[in-house]
Amino acid sequence: MEKHFARTEMLPPMAPPVTERGVVKWLRENLFSGWFNTILTLAGIYVIWSLVTAALPWWLNSVWTAESLSQCREIVTATAGEGATGACWAMIRERWHQFLFGFYPQDAYWRPVLAFGLLFAAMAPVLFAGQKRNLSVLLGAVALVLLVTLMPASAPVAVVVLVMALLAGFIALAQVRPAMLLWFTAIYPALCFWLLWGGSIWVPVVAMLGFVVMGGAYLALVGRMGPTTSAVTGVALALVWWLFVDLPLTQVIDGIAPFALAKVNSDQFGGFLLAITIGVTAITFSLPIGILLALGRQSDMLIVKTLCVGFIEFIRGVPLITLLFTASLLLQYFLPPNTNFDIILRVIILVTLFAAAYLAEVIRGGLAALPRGQYEAADALGLDYWRAQRLIILPQALKISIPAIVSTFIGLFKDTTLVAFVGLMDPLKGVTQIVRADIDWKGIYWEPYIFVGAIFFVICFGMSRYSMYLERKLKTDHR
Amino acid sequence: MAVASDVPKESFRLSMLIYDTRYRSITIQIFVLLLFALFVSWLISNTISNLAIRGKEFNFGFLWSRAGYDIGQALIPYSNDSSHLTALFVGLVNTLVVALLGCVLATILGVIIGVLRLSKNWLVGRLMTVYVEMFRNVPLLLWILLSYVILSETTPQPRDFRVTDEMAAAGEAPAASMMLFDTVAVTNRGTNIPSPLFDVSLGSVDLGFMSVNLTILAYILVIAGSVWINRRILAAARARQEATGDRPVTWWKSLLVLFGPVIALSVGLGLHLEIPELKGFNFAGGILVAHSFTALLIALTLYTAAFIAEIVRAGIMAINRGQSEAAFALGLRPGRTMNLIILPQALRVIIPPLISQFLNLTKNTSLGIAVSYLDLRGTLGGITLNQTGRELECMLLMMLIYLTISLIISALMNLYNSSVQIKAR
Repeated sequence: MEKHFARTEMLPPMAPPVTERGVVKWLRENLFSGWFNTILTLAGIYVIWSLVTAALPWWLNSVWTAESLSQCREIVTATAGEGATGACWAMIRERWHQFLFGFYPQDAYWRPVLAFGLLFAAMAPVLFAGQKRNLSVLLGAVALVLLVTLMPASAPVAVVVLVMALLAGFIALAQVRPAMLLWFTAIYPALCFWLLWGGSIWVPVVAMLGFVVMGGAYLALVGRMGPTTSAVTGVALALVWWLFVDLPLTQVIDGIAPFALAKVNSDQFGGFLLAITIGVTAITFSLPIGILLALGRQSDMLIVKTLCVGFIEFIRGVPLITLLFTASLLLQYFLPPNTNFDIILRVIILVTLFAAAYLAEVIRGGLAALPRGQYEAADALGLDYWRAQRLIILPQALKISIPAIVSTFIGLFKDTTLVAFVGLMDPLKGVTQIVRADIDWKGIYWEPYIFVGAIFFVICFGMSRYSMYLERKLKTDHR
Repeated sequence: MAVASDVPKESFRLSMLIYDTRYRSITIQIFVLLLFALFVSWLISNTISNLAIRGKEFNFGFLWSRAGYDIGQALIPYSNDSSHLTALFVGLVNTLVVALLGCVLATILGVIIGVLRLSKNWLVGRLMTVYVEMFRNVPLLLWILLSYVILSETTPQPRDFRVTDEMAAAGEAPAASMMLFDTVAVTNRGTNIPSPLFDVSLGSVDLGFMSVNLTILAYILVIAGSVWINRRILAAARARQEATGDRPVTWWKSLLVLFGPVIALSVGLGLHLEIPELKGFNFAGGILVAHSFTALLIALTLYTAAFIAEIVRAGIMAINRGQSEAAFALGLRPGRTMNLIILPQALRVIIPPLISQFLNLTKNTSLGIAVSYLDLRGTLGGITLNQTGRELECMLLMMLIYLTISLIISALMNLYNSSVQIKAR
């Protein structure tokens, strides 16, 4: 009889070979998968090694307290030996306030700090529309940061208490009616202007009343006269308000109930305060202008289209610096004789127009990418032009163009450094030059640039991450 | 049964200008045009009255008067006796040189980084990501200022290169030494590089406002001719391939045609390099490249390369995986897949944003003002403007020139773009 030997039970699986598992597999696949990859890896390791050996001792030998660069160097030599290099962060410690605020009065630092904190409270309902949890977390963080920073920034106790109460109210409101928070967003520009520049509170309040006049006129007339006529009437009434009522009314109210913060002039602004003021204002205003320009460029009306194309192509064809010089040198020719208005305001206007032209192109790309059927469907529903744009076209077009819009914003924020060329004190060239011109810190270069660069990096990188989050959140297709 | 009522009689009421869609767009356009015309006439009348108040007049005559200032880097003949117009051209050439070199270098670097960022190598991919994020999120001005400061404050003085007799006897090396086979010296005053010299000079032709160097012209003509002949050779090879199916060997012909005439011309003219040498307290001979130029070029290249890398990466990623799978199925090797299948398609996605990066780079050369690089912005919009006090004319002229450069670049690149797009028949 023949005997058969057959296994009746399964062999236990053997572990995969060493080269096919764990760290070794990962290394083989990702770093040493061929001769070329191995060379690349070795080159990469060499680059990292040389960077680390060059920079690490410099970081480790950092000096945080010293009076001058030469003293820094002495301390480094004393602690790390002859020929050692070390960073001199003592400069940042002594001059950080100039990098952040320029020559803003020291006893009023709480005002920009408060304005900056409330900026996030104002942006929160826009950034996290309808998300109670994110909204509350952000508002809470703002409250916490302001609580810690306002007192050292020499804010009056009453202001701190008031702000905390306000933010607590916001957080409570966010749980019930988050949309109500948008009203704070609407009045924030006036509040921010008042905090930063100071002066009578009635100036921004009466100016904002112009918008109330505009909205009131529109709402009162829209039932009887239709949207177009009532909008035009509203704008006209608001213009009348700003041109003829604003100034006398402000003076009258100011005479009755004066309430003012100490005035701060524009030439005292500097550092990141200046960059963020210009950047945020320009971002806020360039988006609506950019959308209008893009719509104008896509319009069927020949004259409107030509004007928009001409404007966009002109702005995009010249460097921002020339536009800034226009703001500082040429506006005095183009405006009526003897008008002279604030240089920061002039720069903001030109930077806004510059960004708006770029945004218009970006948004035009989004508009062009929408399938024709969306326009036709909107028409088929009987929507008029503005309703179709507002309800159907723009939400989709803007969603497509989010990454490009945000990179335009990042570019705009980086470009705020160029205001140094018209005599404003930006953090990069203006302040750093002042610091480097000081006899104590002459010859320092890595530290100020690393400090300023790091802050720019954090802000810009944060913006690009937020845009990726927004893209994910708004993603409605299921591909 | 309802009876269709008569068509209402056409009558024109004034309110139809607003409420009737047939007329509304015309009403709006006329209204806009009126507003625009009002705005422009307001600007012009303001300008006229402002000019009158300041006692100035609007004319460009100042361009022909003596400039009276020196420009460190003048690539066309210029002295302080030349006119403001010549200074303008010097600045324009300086702008274009930085822009051109920057575009070329940034493209090379950007393509390398973009491809490496896609590589399967984890370490290299991460390094390139760090590079891209670092350069994209920090203002260009910082890179310009930083490279300038590093170049001018950390580099050795010319006297550090000196080897004294005692040092030679003791066998000591000097504090600093020259690079690249002792031909390039980086000092705190600038970078000394060898300059090409010719034994035979072809002279130059004076065109009135500038003179044209015939030697450079000869080189340009010879190179253009070589490229043209090379294209003819390749076209002939392609025609033969399409007719008979087998492609003649062309690489040695191309090599000969492309490099032969240039080398022959160089030998004929006696081309040699003049190497900078330490004479006294400074280097003599060769060309001194100012740090403002080098810093601007380095910063523009590194900054724009980060953006180009992202464009290249996005372009390659936009190509459907099926394309490379199909190529492998046809039996193409990875290198040929990249060259014949992926890159030609990726190029279509890459070129439009690449154009706008080139435009950005060109416009960003105006930041050279931060390191006192005398480009168009520095000469026409800087010293000339300050000396003559003609803000209006200088600024308008400068904007016009930048606008023209931008339009020319985008026109050229759009031409190239349409040549690589799919030809739909």
